[in-house]
Amino acid sequence: MEFYVVLSTILFSIGAFGMLIRKNMIILLMCIELMLNSANLLLVAFSSYYGSSDPQIFVFFTVVVAAAEATIGLSIIIMAYRNSKSTDISLFNNLKG
Amino acid sequence: MITDILTWILGGLTIGSALMVVLSNHPIRSVLFLVITFFFISGHYILLNAQFLAIVNIIVYAGAIMVLFLFVLMLLNLSAEGLPKSSRYLTLGSVIIGGLFFIVLIAALKDSLHFEALNPGSNSVGLVQNLGKTLFSKYIVPFEVSSILFISAMVGAVMLAKREKHIVE
Repeated sequence: MEFYVVLSTILFSIGAFGMLIRKNMIILLMCIELMLNSANLLLVAFSSYYGSSDPQIFVFFTVVVAAAEATIGLSIIIMAYRNSKSTDISLFNNLKG
Repeated sequence: MITDILTWILGGLTIGSALMVVLSNHPIRSVLFLVITFFFISGHYILLNAQFLAIVNIIVYAGAIMVLFLFVLMLLNLSAEGLPKSSRYLTLGSVIIGGLFFIVLIAALKDSLHFEALNPGSNSVGLVQNLGKTLFSKYIVPFEVSSILFISAMVGAVMLAKREKHIVE
């Protein structure tokens, strides 16, 4: 069990590290997908050890929400690219005080 | 025994390809590494007796979402040299923050590290029969709500990505 806890924590940390280090908005969305998948992996591991099928239903709903989120995020990225001809996240700092 | 070796090998490959997602310069290369990561995670699902979720993960994530990402990347025509590199201080700070985040999460999850298997030997949990029974009896309302979520996501994506003709300057 500790193997899967450590593995999914490592994957989540890699996703958070990627959120900090990369500038491209599409890669930031991919890091979010990586973090969602690490949470899914932990849920499936607990489901297998607990002998219950409810966590796998939660994983199913997570996949559904992730699909909707990726669609909306990518269309927002396309709109931002149309306005500024770039997907660099550091260009979008208009709300910075 | 052979399952343990396979689990360790798959775990190392998963971490390696996830690192390549973050570290590779070209966006298309990192999308392809993310697809490989999802295949390895599906391998973990099969080893954990979640066969249906392994197939769903491959079909939905690697087949649909990642193709969408790849499509948008190729549509936007991004190249590796068009994006600025992050500075060395930012990289060092990100490594430190990621490592500290990992340590904090492990400390928070410390109690679950020695989790005793409550119901071992139940291999049929992840089969489509049991999952369908649970999904369509206990979780029928969230299942129906997710269809409304999909409708609103579809309408929202079309509305956002549509090119507006009448923008007032």
